[in-house]
Amino acid sequence: MSEITLTIEGQQVTVESGTTILEAARKLGIEIPTLCYHPDLTEYGSCRVCDVEDLESGNLLASCVSLAEEGMKLKVNSARARQARRMNVELLLASHPNECLTCDRNGSCELQDIAHNLGISEIDLPIEPKNHPAIKIGPSLKQEPSKCILCGRCVRLCEEIQGVSALDFTNRGFNSVVTTAFNLPKKDINCANCGQCATVCPTGAITEIREIDQVWKALEDDSKHVVVQTAPSIEATLGEEFGLTPGSVVTDKLVASLRKLGFDKVFSTDFAADLTIMEEGNELLNRFQTGRKLPQLTSCCPGWVKFCEHNYPELLPNLSTAKSPQQMFSALAKTYYAEKTGIDPQDIYTVAIMPCTAKKFEKDRAEMNDSGYKDTDAVLTTRELARMIKEVGICFSSLEAENEEFDELMGTHSGASVIFGTTGGVMEAALRTVYEVLTKDELKELEFEEVRGIEGAKEAEIEINERTIKVAATHGLANAAQLIDKIQAGEAEYHFIEVMACPTGCVGGGGQPLPTNTEIKLKRAQGLYSIDQSDEIRKSHENPQVQKLYDEFLVKPLSGEAHRLLHTNYEQRNEYDAVADKKAK
Amino acid sequence: MNCTCEENREKYFAPLKEILKQYEGTQKDLIPVLQNSQEEYGYLPAEVLAEIAAGLNLPFSRVYGVVTFYSQFHLEPRGENIIRICMGTACHVRGGTKILEKFKKELDIEANETTEDLKFTMESVACIGACGLAPVIMVNDNTHGRLVPDDVPEIITQYA
Repeated sequence: MSEITLTIEGQQVTVESGTTILEAARKLGIEIPTLCYHPDLTEYGSCRVCDVEDLESGNLLASCVSLAEEGMKLKVNSARARQARRMNVELLLASHPNECLTCDRNGSCELQDIAHNLGISEIDLPIEPKNHPAIKIGPSLKQEPSKCILCGRCVRLCEEIQGVSALDFTNRGFNSVVTTAFNLPKKDINCANCGQCATVCPTGAITEIREIDQVWKALEDDSKHVVVQTAPSIEATLGEEFGLTPGSVVTDKLVASLRKLGFDKVFSTDFAADLTIMEEGNELLNRFQTGRKLPQLTSCCPGWVKFCEHNYPELLPNLSTAKSPQQMFSALAKTYYAEKTGIDPQDIYTVAIMPCTAKKFEKDRAEMNDSGYKDTDAVLTTRELARMIKEVGICFSSLEAENEEFDELMGTHSGASVIFGTTGGVMEAALRTVYEVLTKDELKELEFEEVRGIEGAKEAEIEINERTIKVAATHGLANAAQLIDKIQAGEAEYHFIEVMACPTGCVGGGGQPLPTNTEIKLKRAQGLYSIDQSDEIRKSHENPQVQKLYDEFLVKPLSGEAHRLLHTNYEQRNEYDAVADKKAK
Repeated sequence: MNCTCEENREKYFAPLKEILKQYEGTQKDLIPVLQNSQEEYGYLPAEVLAEIAAGLNLPFSRVYGVVTFYSQFHLEPRGENIIRICMGTACHVRGGTKILEKFKKELDIEANETTEDLKFTMESVACIGACGLAPVIMVNDNTHGRLVPDDVPEIITQYA
């Protein structure tokens, strides 16, 4: 590839041809503001907030979509470029509702940051805020189109990374909004509820539906026994909300904060993740023995499950019948835990702290009431939990919480369950257990490096009792679809496949701290691997509380009781049924 | 579509299948497919758009986005007769608004709405290029010019 040299702000820089002006400037350490640009998406060039001036032609160029050319002389901070950027931001602000103080994204809004950085204190334009009604049909995500700046990041993400295209631009001119077709509720269409759109939205136009109020209500109700579970990835992401670096492990502070908030029992979803491995692993063995359908597909990611139900109904028999850890936990909280403690399950209120917005959808699925009650009562994202912690004034970053541990019975974890929170982790955890259960040998090398990392589809092989087991792990739904298409075309064959809807897995979930990008997500994953590395117990089948659960309650994996409480079934979903339903109303 | 049985469904979608066949299922043909479908069905019902999305292998949201972008496409049923009332400069000066008001009153609908019996859809449009006849309207392909409000009831009777 040829190289080109250009001058930006009087400094020469040499870059490969095909480099954008924005990238060339960043190489020089010159920061140009952006809004519609996102490093993980194709460039779009709609907001013109990254305008720079070409001194030769006098033209203003959107630096994110303009390629650097040989001999270019560019000014980022000429009066003209600065005024243009400022005017473009002012135009956005003139039609933006002035609701910053009460907005979900107050403090994490990119538009707010840019307005602040450009020093905009007055807008010399007629102010005419957009006034589109909010779309609050849950259970996962709400939209406030008035706050939308039409940057199209969500539209591109949903198409390019997820291959779903649930959202697109609707109408024209001032009436333009981003919506689903016919404004159909996301739960009824092909949307996976993954919430990735919310993670790339620069403003508060797409956010999770909050359940904080009902959790407070339960905590304040003396007749309720409130049990909380926290997903593995939260341990390495919550700290970001309090200024800690991405990947900081805050397990002890997390547990201490939850106790301070008043939860009666603080348990860990990791416990249920170990249980998932026991059930899912045994299901895989069972499929081998009985000749049932292979490959087995993981089912712990509710975004992926819904995607599969919409797009690959023929694969539903391949989907593991094991529930997700969240739902296994909750079903047990209202049966096993209730029995052990003598608390009436009717009085138990189950809260799940999740990195995920699809988990909110999952908890509302009609079949998720095997305990005889609604298994999971509320799901809070990492961001929502951080709000609660801030609200009561817990000083998280300086919290003395050494040796704070999860409660007994459903609180211990293995290292294997912790890495559930990143792509490849479920597979790695499963291999550790399946290998040892089948061979009765100790697995020497616990790390399966082949399934780690950000490649779209990763594969590994393992010899078990002279049989080669082929596995794969994929993340991001477009990657998943590509892998499945390859399998269906007969170009690849596996026995077991892990699928995570969000790029990089749960550390990149739709409910995680903002802002985020691939670099941050990988640091979070490193945090999880470091917990696994330092754990004494690193295999799911060695989790003592899981062993106790089988000894005293479930008998053995795949037992009748295990099937009743820990397994589920799936249904084909047709996007267009929603159209017929809408008509019928 | 109010039918429930499969046979009716097939019958309903048969013309659409024909249209889609002509365009070999390519995405770039979305607009002609929409135009022909609207010609066939009178408007673009949600279930027709869903079929088009599936037939052209396009996201449903994309098809909906295109339909809502162009004013030529309609998501609601349209009347048998389309009344276009000119609001251009010449018509405005010569009392176009009064004509529009009279139509609103007689048909009991607002601009860009359709009567309940699906007889009339009324649109206010910019110049239709017949300023010499101002104030002027078009009903379907016929022009009615130099109108006064009292002419309106008779025009409606002509088409009812």
